[in-house]
Amino acid sequence: MALTTIFYLLSTVGYIAYLFYQKDFFQKSGLYLLLAGFSLHTAAIAFAFIQSGHLPVRNFYETLSIAGWAMAGVFLVFHFKFKLKILGIYAAPLVTLIMIIAAQLPREPAQANKLFNSFWLISHIVVIFTGEAAFALACGVGILYLVQERALKTKNYGFFFRRLPDLELLDTTGYACIFVGFTLLTIGLVTGFVYAKSSWGRFWSWDPKEVWSGISWLLYAALLHGRLSLGWRGRKAAIMAIIGFAILLFTFLGVNFLMEGHHGEFTR
Amino acid sequence: MSDIVILGLNHKTAPIEIRECLAFSDAETDAAIERLQNYPDIDEVLLLSTCNRVEVLLTTTAVPTATEAVKSFLSEFKKVAPEKFSESLYIHNGDEAVRHIFRVASSLDSMMVGEPQILGQIKAAYHGAIRKKTSGVVLNRLMHRTFFVAKRVRSETGIGDHAVSISYAAVELGRKIFGNLEEKKVLLIGAGEMAELAVEHLIRNKTGDIFVANRTFERGVALAQQFRGCPIRFEEIPEHLQQVDIIISSTGSSGFIIGPEHIKGIMRGRRNRPLFFIDIAVPRDIDPEINRLPNIYVYDIDDLKGVIEENIEDRNREAIKAERIIDEAVIRFRQWFESLRVVPTIVALQKKMDTIAAAELNKTLQSLHHLSADDRTVINRMTQSMIHKILHDPIMWLKHEGGDNDRAALLDITRKLFKLDEP
Repeated sequence: MALTTIFYLLSTVGYIAYLFYQKDFFQKSGLYLLLAGFSLHTAAIAFAFIQSGHLPVRNFYETLSIAGWAMAGVFLVFHFKFKLKILGIYAAPLVTLIMIIAAQLPREPAQANKLFNSFWLISHIVVIFTGEAAFALACGVGILYLVQERALKTKNYGFFFRRLPDLELLDTTGYACIFVGFTLLTIGLVTGFVYAKSSWGRFWSWDPKEVWSGISWLLYAALLHGRLSLGWRGRKAAIMAIIGFAILLFTFLGVNFLMEGHHGEFTR
Repeated sequence: MSDIVILGLNHKTAPIEIRECLAFSDAETDAAIERLQNYPDIDEVLLLSTCNRVEVLLTTTAVPTATEAVKSFLSEFKKVAPEKFSESLYIHNGDEAVRHIFRVASSLDSMMVGEPQILGQIKAAYHGAIRKKTSGVVLNRLMHRTFFVAKRVRSETGIGDHAVSISYAAVELGRKIFGNLEEKKVLLIGAGEMAELAVEHLIRNKTGDIFVANRTFERGVALAQQFRGCPIRFEEIPEHLQQVDIIISSTGSSGFIIGPEHIKGIMRGRRNRPLFFIDIAVPRDIDPEINRLPNIYVYDIDDLKGVIEENIEDRNREAIKAERIIDEAVIRFRQWFESLRVVPTIVALQKKMDTIAAAELNKTLQSLHHLSADDRTVINRMTQSMIHKILHDPIMWLKHEGGDNDRAALLDITRKLFKLDEP
């Protein structure tokens, strides 16, 4: 895992150099280093999975690692789809940060019990994490959008103006991230319900994480509805993507630490 | 030995009226270069005609008579009195001509420094010359160097990256908003040189439908025709705001033509697609308050100048780099061109033979210890004599064969055949 983090860290350095010097070489280095880190990361997770027979999400360390992995993977997919080169300046440091935080945490897995061994749980977790990574990316794209929009509105062409892409590309990418994230979140919630039913006998138990996930889902649903039926786009969509991700982050971290609930079993 | 000459006029030396009179269509260019090449003093020739320049690039052994011939040809062909344009003409020869064509192709001599179209136009002119076989050894080499230099300038300097004029600034800002300007609908309100230039630039970026509104409808119709657009009445502007994306305004109106009241209600119908206003009028046509509304961007002339000034320093820095690349290329081209003179080639040829002979002789004599000093001198003399005899016919041939132009080709072949340009 340490090697993976080093690759992510080097990728971050590459992207920072790209931000300052605008040379394609740095961007490509950043991208390929991230790809290398992601491949290693995938191999490490697969190895842990085979060794223990469980998806490695049994403590907060492993959960964060999966979150970083999903983030890197989703970024790579969106990168190849939208060619938004500069987005790496957001994604690579974020992945690195997640991995560095994860590295500080204790690594003893929770007691393996039957809770961990279900197709529904695995799909629930993988799908939800991938979806959340897409939302994290949407948040990053939203931030870039706001920075660029501000430069255009105030006619104050600072450091970022030339370095950031056009508003249209940012808006479209953000929308695509939200769309993918929402689809995955929906599937993730459904698999979660099925899993809850099989484990605890009921679909919904007002667990704080469930409630907050529901709130996030509603917010993103409103955003997508606004976009499709009312043409919400640009600034409004960018701000909502950022708020949405803040709520999601709270769902992921805050609920685990501040509130009780059955999701705590996985992340303590 | 022929000389390279460029003779022409451009936006800096001649007003548009004169440039218009002397501009050549593609068909005219073909006819013109064929006729020019028939002049006895012109060896190779190429003609470049764009909206900003008309230039004749040629090689000749008699610079003054060739330039006079071109002047009278231009006057005759375009039916313009020579005195009307002779003051606007510039004539460069030798290194200066080479430097000039390198600078033009690298877009350092353009009205909008860094604009990319000029290279394509030069390539087209060269292809015309190839088609009509008016280009030979010298111009072929010069044009290939020109394309190479222009490409180098483009890739190694940021000269093409920056907006350098109002219309370029507008296009660049448009790109930052819309990404791609393709199919974006444009509304031109009023007329004016700068607004028209901006529309022309937008058209080059393949924008979509163009609407033209003018206070006098007739003028609007004429403008619309110029841009292959659709004329609309002034009163129809508000309803067209719903469908257009880019609005360029430059009327002589004393107050705002478009205010927030015109925009309210239309954004929803546009599904919030961005609206980009370029207000070139002084006093302004577009109420700057509109800029506060979401997804609407209003730029007046000062804002656009701001974009240009942001870039001007960068551009100067890049231009210095570009000039350095060009200086280097001019020197290299001169070295090649000089090599086409007979004497340096003959000297190089003899030197190459001498070197080979000396090396071989040295090798052979090392194993023949029984030879006396006299014997060695005799063998040495024989070798020299062989070189002399072998080279005699080729040298005579180079010195006397063919016209000047052919000689350049012969010298070029000779240098390639014996690899005289390689160390």
